[in-house]
Amino acid sequence: MLDSPDLAAIWLTLRLATVTTVLLLLMGTPIAWWLARTRSGWKGPVAAVVALPIVLPPTVIGFYLLVAMGPNGPVGQFTQALGLGLLPFTFAGLVVASVFYSLPFVVQPLQNAFEAVGERPLEAAATLRASPLDAFFSVALPLARPGYLTATVLGFAHTVGEFGVVLMIGGNIPGQTRVVSVQIYDHVEAMEYAQAHGLAAAMVAFSFLVLLGLYAFNPTGRQR
Amino acid sequence: MHPLAKTLSALVLLFAAHAALADEVQVAVAANFTTPMQRIAAEFEKDTGHKAQLSFGATGKFYAQIKNGAPFQVLLSADDETPAKLVGEGLAVQGSRFTYAIGKLVLWSAKPGYVDDKGEVLKKGQFHKLALANPKLAPYGAAAMEVLGKLGVLGAVQPKFVLGENIAQTWQFVGTGNAELGFVALSQVMKDGKLVSGSAWIVPASLHTPIRQDAVILANGKGNAAAESLMKYLKGDKAKAIIKGYGYDL
Repeated sequence: MLDSPDLAAIWLTLRLATVTTVLLLLMGTPIAWWLARTRSGWKGPVAAVVALPIVLPPTVIGFYLLVAMGPNGPVGQFTQALGLGLLPFTFAGLVVASVFYSLPFVVQPLQNAFEAVGERPLEAAATLRASPLDAFFSVALPLARPGYLTATVLGFAHTVGEFGVVLMIGGNIPGQTRVVSVQIYDHVEAMEYAQAHGLAAAMVAFSFLVLLGLYAFNPTGRQR
Repeated sequence: MHPLAKTLSALVLLFAAHAALADEVQVAVAANFTTPMQRIAAEFEKDTGHKAQLSFGATGKFYAQIKNGAPFQVLLSADDETPAKLVGEGLAVQGSRFTYAIGKLVLWSAKPGYVDDKGEVLKKGQFHKLALANPKLAPYGAAAMEVLGKLGVLGAVQPKFVLGENIAQTWQFVGTGNAELGFVALSQVMKDGKLVSGSAWIVPASLHTPIRQDAVILANGKGNAAAESLMKYLKGDKAKAIIKGYGYDL
């Protein structure tokens, strides 16, 4: 049913989602921690920027990324100065785009989890002479585990489901930027409905199972 | 009567009256013909009072949409096969098909002086990305493949391909400088007979099958006065002058 270009697209998509999710967990943790605990006036603006990709259409994100990462854009000039070349039409470019695009789906669950942990366990740890870093790793992080599960699943799944942004900055290169959603689009446009069905059905099944797993392991989404 | 209700009924009447006055035609337009068609449609509305609602996109996509019941009444295709196929399948009106333009392919770069007037830049291969429309979906992409094959550089440049979903997106890849050069439609980089920006090689017609772009009335538009009027208008001198100004042959 699935031929080798389809399998290549699936493999690429999984790689993209994995790399993106790992980066997002690393970057999202300090952002979420700060958002959960700060009393700074910057909390509102930062939270708004993080949430932007939820509201903005992919065409806006794709368009600005294409321009910003191009040879005359600020990001493009920066990457060229570093000798990295240009990001559009590359796997690295898709990773950058996906990190931005899926950011709220990782930061928000983590932020909720950290807020649910609250001050008291950390104060208790401090009275036991735990350093702030120690308290974070041995108290806050384990308590926030359900939040990490949600963040990982949503970040991964949202990246797998990305389409518009990839279409606009990807250039449809097999093995580099031709992810499953783009491959399905190509099949549909070329009237290859049988192949489109194969991939599309796999996508529906995957998404359903992922969400089912999420709700089964994390029944209410409530933190301890 | 509540003031809001009054306003609403006035609006309804206004729309109803508008619909009765002039006929409307829904046109699916191949992406390469976007700018010329916007100008032609404006003239068409002025001259005939009919309104043309334009949708732009890849011909392959329109074909799929029409097969699945899209409400278009006229198709301005980027090729001659799709309209012929639609007529054969009973989805377009027999005898309404004609060639409204012959497309010209151009190798274009946003950088002045980058593309020489013989296309030697393709053989030198000192570029990272070459943009073309997806040959599976867009006739201009298929023509570009033919050209690369005839020049004997297909194998060498294929790893540098970036594919646009249609010719408009392909232009965007080159226009933003993300691809150094690419195959686009001459109509996209030419206005009033002159190259708008960058550098270009107009690919000789001998290097690819002619891109005959056919128009056809779709089954949905049978008997629609505005659709028939638009077809006639496209054959007229005014439309032809606009079409030629964008670099098409006729």
